[in-house]
Amino acid sequence: MKTHVLFNLFATFLLADGLNIEDSAGQFFSSGHTNNWAVLVCTSRFWFNYRHVANTLSVYRSVKRLGIPDSHIVLMLADDMACNHRNPKPATVFSHKNMELNVYGDDVEVDYRGYEVTVENFLRVLTGRLPPSTPRSKRLLSDDRSNILIYLTGHGGNGFLKFQDSEEISNVELADAFEQMWQKRRYNELLFIIDTCQGASMYERFYSPNLMALASSQVGEDSLSHQPDLAIGVHLMDRYTFYLLEFLEDIHPASKANMNDLFKVCPKSQCVSTPGHRTDLFLRDPGSVLITDFFGSVRKVEITTEAIDLTDPIKEVEERPANGDVHKEMHSYVDQLPVSEIIHQNGKLCATSTNKMSLCCFHGDVSECEMQLPRGLGVEGPP
Amino acid sequence: MSKYAAAQKQAEPAVLQPTPQPKDDFQEELVVRPLHSGDIYASFQFRTLWETDFMRGNKVSHYRLFPKSLGQVISKFSVRELHISFTQGYWRTMQWGQPYLPSPPGAELWVWFQDSVTDVDATWKELTNVLSGIFCASLNFIDSTNTVQPSASFKPLGIGNVTDHRFLRYATLPREIVCTENLTPWKKLLPCGSKAGLAVLLKSEKLFHSSFHSQAVHIRPVCQDWQCKTTSWELRQTLNVVFDLHNSGQGKREWSLFKMFSRTLTEACPLASSSKIYIDITDNPEQFELSPATSLLSQAMVLGDRRTFSVYDLTQQDTFGSVRSLNLLIRWKSTEGDMLRPLLHAERYVAGYGLQTGEIHTLMYNHHPYRSFPVLLLDSVPWYLRLYIHTLTVTSKGKDNKPSYIHYQPSKDRVRPHLLEMLVQLPPNSVTEVTVQFERALLKWTEYTPDPNHGFYVGSSVISSLVPSTVAMDTNSTRERPLFSSFFPCKEESSYFVRVYTEPLLVNLPTPDFSMPYNVICLTCTVVAVGYGSLYNLLTRSFQIEEPSPGLAKRIANVIRKMRGVPPL
Repeated sequence: MKTHVLFNLFATFLLADGLNIEDSAGQFFSSGHTNNWAVLVCTSRFWFNYRHVANTLSVYRSVKRLGIPDSHIVLMLADDMACNHRNPKPATVFSHKNMELNVYGDDVEVDYRGYEVTVENFLRVLTGRLPPSTPRSKRLLSDDRSNILIYLTGHGGNGFLKFQDSEEISNVELADAFEQMWQKRRYNELLFIIDTCQGASMYERFYSPNLMALASSQVGEDSLSHQPDLAIGVHLMDRYTFYLLEFLEDIHPASKANMNDLFKVCPKSQCVSTPGHRTDLFLRDPGSVLITDFFGSVRKVEITTEAIDLTDPIKEVEERPANGDVHKEMHSYVDQLPVSEIIHQNGKLCATSTNKMSLCCFHGDVSECEMQLPRGLGVEGPP
Repeated sequence: MSKYAAAQKQAEPAVLQPTPQPKDDFQEELVVRPLHSGDIYASFQFRTLWETDFMRGNKVSHYRLFPKSLGQVISKFSVRELHISFTQGYWRTMQWGQPYLPSPPGAELWVWFQDSVTDVDATWKELTNVLSGIFCASLNFIDSTNTVQPSASFKPLGIGNVTDHRFLRYATLPREIVCTENLTPWKKLLPCGSKAGLAVLLKSEKLFHSSFHSQAVHIRPVCQDWQCKTTSWELRQTLNVVFDLHNSGQGKREWSLFKMFSRTLTEACPLASSSKIYIDITDNPEQFELSPATSLLSQAMVLGDRRTFSVYDLTQQDTFGSVRSLNLLIRWKSTEGDMLRPLLHAERYVAGYGLQTGEIHTLMYNHHPYRSFPVLLLDSVPWYLRLYIHTLTVTSKGKDNKPSYIHYQPSKDRVRPHLLEMLVQLPPNSVTEVTVQFERALLKWTEYTPDPNHGFYVGSSVISSLVPSTVAMDTNSTRERPLFSSFFPCKEESSYFVRVYTEPLLVNLPTPDFSMPYNVICLTCTVVAVGYGSLYNLLTRSFQIEEPSPGLAKRIANVIRKMRGVPPL
């Protein structure tokens, strides 16, 4: 009798556990995305903007740690801080003073660097309208089931973000780019984070669905930097991204933290500015959106019960060297500096040259050269 | 797949088939050369040889040691030879001697295409874009404004009979920065990655904290055997680094693998057929001591000199000793001794003042006491420095030195740079100076970089030469030679080929004031406010006399006076 009761208890326990598994499986498939992309942009040039590069690299580091591979990250850094000649520790970019954490790491791949980080390139990456010869690592190959994280940092103002001290992107342009992405079905959900002065102005104009935005400061406020390092001589990080990095360091790929926790990062007491967020365009409730939906890359698996036939193993075709069939000529290395050949090359060069303006080579006799120049085409003298 | 093949073979009846010989081979080596100034020069070379034909009909699909990304580049763009290098720092020939593999500061790319390519320029543009993705570099900035087609320099380093220079393209980006993001994809091309073998020493924090760092990839077809009837493809990945005595060495003349790379070696790459370390002990073997001691010695003819090397073979287990790790220690005992002066050396600088004109001076030094030899100078100057070729002078020892070959292609604004190639005979023990005047152009305001006050770079000049050597060079190209001595093919015994790069130049162009529109608006508004405002006020303001209100004391006095009935103040 007792064993019977025990057995019943055990069975109900198992059943309850089974229901739990189904529940979590259901939650697993609820978000609707199948792949993750990240576009991380630092828009500032010059050594004193070290902190913007450190901001972007710390988000890059977190995103890579949580699973998004390099092939799905488009990293744009407008200037090189790690191998800058002013850096006392080359090939490092630190985020904490006393050089505690090197966010540059040993395994970084920067896709757009230096002068390539322009407003035009950024918008082309977002909308996918790149020239056909652009390599894959420089493209955002997202589809309609991709969740994209976009992080921008640099110097900004009310309604604009400055790129490399020479051009700006406005919030209207950005909103239109996102609308293009929506109409081309280039994203499922998009999280936009911006860490600049008056950052909230950049997301005011968004009008496409499924966009969630966070900014480090409201309109009229400045985002402040965190702490300088006396050995390096510049400020290392901005406050908002510093506390964001601290928050993300606690997240692991199976973490259940949701967006409401992210909105609480860096309150006014720590950040001095008031971080803002915008969720009205987002269809799901932010409390049900996991951090790893955007920062991690949890691959969804679709289980199928179909059977697939594998082909026979491929046999490598053995190449038989054709003995005596083809008469192979003997190859040789080329002479690296064939002086006599070069000196006597002039006739061939002048005759086949389609460019009439190229001067010919001479044996040391200038007169021969002047005959070959077209009449009336002298070399210019100073004005 | 090999398991299936083996299973298939076992299923067949008793006919035994010989296992096919592996057609690809990987070798790695490290050469360490202590320099007289106390610095140390380390040169890594990783070579993969593969007997295959990328150009035939069926596409190559099974890659083993050869990286697939480069194999696809070769077959898609019909590349015959590809040489790309990324360098940070400038090689100081007078202090360090000649490098085993020269490279200019920044990025350099030169490619020989197969003669089956119809549109070389379009293929070149696509190739640079693909390479910029592979190496995470801004090689897409290579376009017609910095590409040249040399007519006599840069002959193919691999085998081949065709040398039509229409299929050669050469470009440099002197501004290109080299950092960990270029090293990471470079390391991923190695068969063992950075996990085993010599590549574990390649840590970016130590490599970039150096006086000179250069990494390169060289792809070319080479002879397979002495008959040279079949060719195989050779991929060489090289990394040269010079560590400074004071920056990395803390001032002590004592170097070890751990001090240089913060790592020691524990094993050779399992895929390598040979894995060796060579330490150059020619310069006065009593000058420094080397530990752990090794009995393997080897001599090689390199850079015109017979050098002796201590060899450590990493494929032998006893090299690592009982601690299972190898940390070589080189300790100096004395600091005497002079370095042999390198025979060929070059410098370049810009002379003149102001932002309108200037003069480029290139100096080539021949330090040989009695022999003269020819050098081929290649200069590629951007279009915004307008060269006046009629002012070109070449002087040696104060007298005019007429070049025996000149090829000059003038620039075209925004389309093509200047190309100047000259074959000059350098007299013995002399300095040859090449000068040419130029004028600076004013660019359109959209063509300036975001930091135009930094200046604009002019790529290094390339000086190729056959320098007479003191010992007979080895012309047999197929004998087993260490990799560092077999890079440049040697056709004659009395001289060796050397390529010297000068410094890149940094010139300031006349830069407009980009804050001008803002300043103009401020100034105009100020003038209008002060000038017009004052005039308006003068014309429209009318003056009225107004009694000033009396002070507090007076007011109280007036109230008291009123009370007393006395007239106010």
